[in-house]
Amino acid sequence: MNESHASEPGTDVPDTHGSTKDEQHTIEQEPSQRREGGSEANGPHANPAQSDDPHDNALHVEGLTKSYTAGHDPVLRALRLTVPAGALAAVLGPSGGGKTTLLRIVAGFLRADAGTVRLGGRILAGPGVHVPPERRRIGIVPQEGALFPHLTVARNVAFGLTGLTRGERRRRTGELLELVGLAGYGDRMPHELSGGQQQRVALARALAPRPQLVLLDEPFNALDSALRAGVRADVRAALRATGATALLVTHDQQEALSTADLVAVVRDGRVAQCATPQDLYRRPADPWVAGFVGDAVLLPATVGADGTARTPLGAVPLAAAPDGPATGTVLLRPEQLRLTAPAAGGVVRGTVTDVCFYGHDAMVTVAVEGHDTPVGVRVAGPLPVGPGDATGVRVTGEATLHPAG
Amino acid sequence: MKPSPTARPAGTARTAATDPSPRATARPAGTPAGFAGRGAERRPPLVLLVPACLAALFALLPLGYLAVRALERGPAFAWEVVADERTLDLLGRSLGLTAAVVAACVVLGVSLAWLTVRTALPGARFWSVAATLPLAVPSYVAAFAWLSAEPGLAGFGGAALSLTLVSFPYVLLPVAAALRGIDPAQEEAARSLGHGPLRTFLRVTLPQLRPAAAGGALLVALYVLSDFGAVSLMRYDTFTRAIHTSYRASFDRTPAAALSVVLVLMTVALVAAEARTRGRAGHARTGGGTARPAVPVALGRWKPLALLWCGAAVAVAVAFPLGTLGYWLAVGSSATWDLGGLTETAWATLGVAAAGAALTTLLALPVGVIAARHRGRGARLLEQAAYAGHALPGITVALSLVFFAVRYAYPLYQRLPLLVCAYAVLFLPVAVAATRAAVLQAPPVLEDVARSLGRRPWQVLREITVPLAAPGVAAGAALTFVVCMKELPATLLLRPTGMDTLATRLWTETGAGSFAAAAPYAAALILLAAVPSYLLGRHRS
Repeated sequence: MNESHASEPGTDVPDTHGSTKDEQHTIEQEPSQRREGGSEANGPHANPAQSDDPHDNALHVEGLTKSYTAGHDPVLRALRLTVPAGALAAVLGPSGGGKTTLLRIVAGFLRADAGTVRLGGRILAGPGVHVPPERRRIGIVPQEGALFPHLTVARNVAFGLTGLTRGERRRRTGELLELVGLAGYGDRMPHELSGGQQQRVALARALAPRPQLVLLDEPFNALDSALRAGVRADVRAALRATGATALLVTHDQQEALSTADLVAVVRDGRVAQCATPQDLYRRPADPWVAGFVGDAVLLPATVGADGTARTPLGAVPLAAAPDGPATGTVLLRPEQLRLTAPAAGGVVRGTVTDVCFYGHDAMVTVAVEGHDTPVGVRVAGPLPVGPGDATGVRVTGEATLHPAG
Repeated sequence: MKPSPTARPAGTARTAATDPSPRATARPAGTPAGFAGRGAERRPPLVLLVPACLAALFALLPLGYLAVRALERGPAFAWEVVADERTLDLLGRSLGLTAAVVAACVVLGVSLAWLTVRTALPGARFWSVAATLPLAVPSYVAAFAWLSAEPGLAGFGGAALSLTLVSFPYVLLPVAAALRGIDPAQEEAARSLGHGPLRTFLRVTLPQLRPAAAGGALLVALYVLSDFGAVSLMRYDTFTRAIHTSYRASFDRTPAAALSVVLVLMTVALVAAEARTRGRAGHARTGGGTARPAVPVALGRWKPLALLWCGAAVAVAVAFPLGTLGYWLAVGSSATWDLGGLTETAWATLGVAAAGAALTTLLALPVGVIAARHRGRGARLLEQAAYAGHALPGITVALSLVFFAVRYAYPLYQRLPLLVCAYAVLFLPVAVAATRAAVLQAPPVLEDVARSLGRRPWQVLREITVPLAAPGVAAGAALTFVVCMKELPATLLLRPTGMDTLATRLWTETGAGSFAAAAPYAAALILLAAVPSYLLGRHRS
């Protein structure tokens, strides 16, 4: 019944992108699929890895809509997402935002109310189509690994290797264990491994049958922070080595920015912005995204004819100036602010209200004159000030303007 | 409670999935939308669904047939039987006994739980194990012990005493678990907020024990209402005994059926109440993680009194029955020691219990997996149907199977298969609960992973679900085996002519006052039941 629902033309509401209709045509005309993939590469989210891959493993999600109770508050609202072949994309969002639902629909454990999921040339889910999970060639790495507790590490990895001779299976298993740095662990039982090792085995298990796409559901959550960075790097390297497209779901913006080639911020069942980590951090689509992906200093601003924004911290150059005079909010990052001597020329004066010391740097909160909310200043190296001190604040670099309204 | 609704939602989901017309979305609007919507992907595979529906039908059969039979002569006649002065008298006696036993069990259970879990009672571990041992004593064995020591106990007092002493662990165990589960940090917070130890106990600890104690109390009430062994030996007339007498006394079985229906209604009400408290108890527990063990309360000058209390409880509930048994075994002459008969009965008991456990486990497997893995109305109905035996006293199950066999399957009447079927209906809940718990232990994500690695649903079942659940299912089978072995009322009614189990033999000999002759059967029963119980205990730890 979900399929029939999706086939009603009216329910396929186009997202903010207007291209939904055109792409629908492409889906129906299978042969033109290749060209479609090519044109995608010219898009803003192009990834160089795509051309290296002989197979088209790109993931296209269109108009994905899902609500758990019929007619109420959809978890996904016509979500659209494209991951180029071979890329590692992170789906970042607050919990309850529909990330896991998206993952489960792509994997085939849930059926969407509307929308299509395409992997390479195949339609996995769409009007009248639902490929069962076991035929999708999508590997999954769940939270905490979820290794089969009754099977050895080697048999866990070999679980998806059907239709191979025993020798081939053993060779492939060894290959994968080596790839994740666990050669020689094949005879252990899962409970004899540490959390990080279990996670690597789970990745090896998912990669063994050479899936076109690997889904990682908050895979580093259960690991303590000391281990996390190492496992994350290893997972990234292993994914690169196999060339599989990967989708990583996380609520940790550090993890998303540091691991992924592409980050899709999901909010209220939609992709609020999809960009490279750098773009996302430097040029967030709106103040909410700005605050979600990192510490943000948001200031009210008026832009004059000269293209600079006048803010409580003084005049700030804009990365992209609006056509004419405008008002709005400008975004700065705390590391763009500098503390200066209070009496220095051309700076805004303020009072330090709080200092948070992190070791590699410190966050100094400064109440500035003419602005209600204190601003955060990231200070590397020795701290020149303490709470209560007077200080000056200077802005470096460019700001992003989010016009009002 | 008719079987047809169990099949409906699944059928709805199937037609909706295969019907491509847009209308299909509109049609199931009247039926549960949540199930149809999510059921599309979570619908149990047919490998499970078909056998599970059969098991549920099987479990509901006696209940349905009982209703048919009770109303056979018209509702007026049934009402006449139910509204009879004698029935009301029975109702009063049953409820009176239940109230007395429940009150005694709550006092005994809560006090022993607190003493063994939260105080510096010397030998706390020993007492906590010893106080759960009465669970292994069937009520008729306790009745045998007291009656053989003091025949004058027969009546209300004796019935209440023996039932209390075998069923107080039903309160003790959940309350002890709740006490262990309470994070001591809560009590520390209360102390730091200016409450003394007593006020802390009354305002913080006790309210949290209430769901556990209430759940335990309802289990005790259920046990007492459906008990046949102790009340019949103590010659105290309750519903179960009256049903048995009425069945034996006349060829007209409608009165027995009508009485059964009243009894079933009472137990159903209790089961519903028990399920409600269980639900709330689940919500009451907040926060994950393992709490630190609490610092034991020093007993000070109360220590001797606490020891006396625990000692007395264990003495009358465990030591006394065993002592009496030992006494009768010792005084038994060679005439009462019929070794051949004992061996034969023991083998017969083991055989019929094994068959009962096998059939029950087999029927429980698909229901348990569905109950653990599939949400939605259809799955819930299936599970609830399988739990029907939980609300059915053994005597009513037996009675309904007798009716059914006499009418529709005469060759089965007074044959072993009918008895085995009765065990399956009665103890399906035990096996389903064990299977469900075992399947729940394995996270469902493992099954998702297996699907993503190319396995079809039935392959996932074979390679992941069943191997992971096997130990728990085996434990459930062992538990079912033990309860089958101890079953009395259904066995009495349904056993083939000339066949005895240890339980029926014990009941007959005790009823005839030949205690020395009964003792070997009681001893054999306890010993044989102890082996799987011991293995189960080891499995759990």
